Amino acid sequence: MLQEKDIVVVGAGPAGLAAAIEAGKAGASVLLVDVNLKAGGQLFKQIHKFFGSSAHQSGTRGFDIGTKLVTQAMEHGVEIWLGSAVIGLFPGMKVAIEKGVDGSEKEVITIQAKKIIVATGASENVIRFKGWTTPGVMGAGAAQTMINVNHVKPGKKVVMLGTGNVGLIVSYQLMQAGCEVVGLVEAAGKIGGYAVHAAKIKRAGIPIYMNHTIIEVKPGVDGCVEKVVLAKVDETFQPIEGTELEIEADTVALAAGLKPSAELPKLMKCDYTFSGVFGGSIPLHNENMETSIEGIYVAGDTTGVEEANTALEEGKIAGLCAACSLGYLPVSEVEVLKKEIWNRLEALRMGPFGERRLAEKGKMIVEYAEKIGAPSKEMTMEGYDYVDC
Amino acid sequence: MCMRIEEHAILDVKKIEKPVTITVDDIEIEAYEGEPILGALLNAGIKINRYTVKKKEPRGLFCGIGQCTDCAMVVDGQSNVRTCITPVKAGMVIKTQKGLTKGE
Repeated sequence: MLQEKDIVVVGAGPAGLAAAIEAGKAGASVLLVDVNLKAGGQLFKQIHKFFGSSAHQSGTRGFDIGTKLVTQAMEHGVEIWLGSAVIGLFPGMKVAIEKGVDGSEKEVITIQAKKIIVATGASENVIRFKGWTTPGVMGAGAAQTMINVNHVKPGKKVVMLGTGNVGLIVSYQLMQAGCEVVGLVEAAGKIGGYAVHAAKIKRAGIPIYMNHTIIEVKPGVDGCVEKVVLAKVDETFQPIEGTELEIEADTVALAAGLKPSAELPKLMKCDYTFSGVFGGSIPLHNENMETSIEGIYVAGDTTGVEEANTALEEGKIAGLCAACSLGYLPVSEVEVLKKEIWNRLEALRMGPFGERRLAEKGKMIVEYAEKIGAPSKEMTMEGYDYVDC
Repeated sequence: MCMRIEEHAILDVKKIEKPVTITVDDIEIEAYEGEPILGALLNAGIKINRYTVKKKEPRGLFCGIGQCTDCAMVVDGQSNVRTCITPVKAGMVIKTQKGLTKGE
């Protein structure tokens, strides 16, 4: 007999936690699964205060929000499996989970779910240049994890590639941790992130190399990063010969944006769309956050790279709607709550950055309505070599 | 070399009383029980975790969240252990991984 759960939520970041809390609160039996050893996703890296209104916990630091969410989830009876990776979704709502850390005996457990919420977040993009695999070159998120979660510096002198919010915030946090940030590099002609974050960098006197890129990283005798070669770029972002500039550093952090981690819904043959604004290929969903397959929901960066706040709100919708479809909540009540949340999401998707995302989300929901209409009852078995287990 | 954050304006930096010892390529280093192995390695100035199969190129921390496998090492005889997400246990014997299997 397979273990049964009403709802399995994949990913215990802000979206997954919010979904699990809402569904658990409504009375559903919820299993929340995360590959990491700690729940909270990237919130524990975020030591800065959040923006926005008080409804969105502005002024609160990411890690405090994370702690609160984990406590709430436990209060509402959510079962949390950490160090557990979902390695497959199978027809009939079966979720295969590999439990156990590397180096130890791992076991695979299959759970029979009624609904599945995928909130697997996003992963960092990579920029390739000569020497990009040299030890010392890493994702900006990796550097941020080392300082803010593990409390250890990834290096002493850091070059940051990219001036989006991640590049700016992580640069500042590296300084707070005691690293020397020797420069930020931006291929575009203007800073990508918010002016308030850029101002902190400028006040610290750190050079920002505009219209520049990294063309090479040179290793030292130890095989690790020793020198970083920059060059100016032309209008087509091609390096201009003769403009090379060499900087001494032992670490290069890449902040070149994120792309949605949306592999699991693909296994269930959910319909996808491509969105440049949201960072890549993403599963289409309706206003209930339900994909083209009935009972499979998505929330957070999985369905478009945004922020923790928007992930939280989308997670709430997914949790409420999944619980409602199982009869744990009256439809009339959920309709009201859903409307409130969509209004809050609209408020979050404002300003020069947010407006594009608001329009894109709207477009996605229209695309869903036109192409899919209503979620289909059955996932297609075509192309599957499937053995019932 | 010490790369641990000693003081921080916002973070409550871990002050762990009892460090443990782990062995990395026959050298003993100090670590904290439960921290990711990679944290202890970085603190000790060790940045290379493995060498690639064909070109024998060095690799180290890249994603820090168990996705890319560039930080895989041989831990207690078991190869391909992602050190960025695997917690330290006292007395662990760790070896730089050469290729796909045992770190010989």
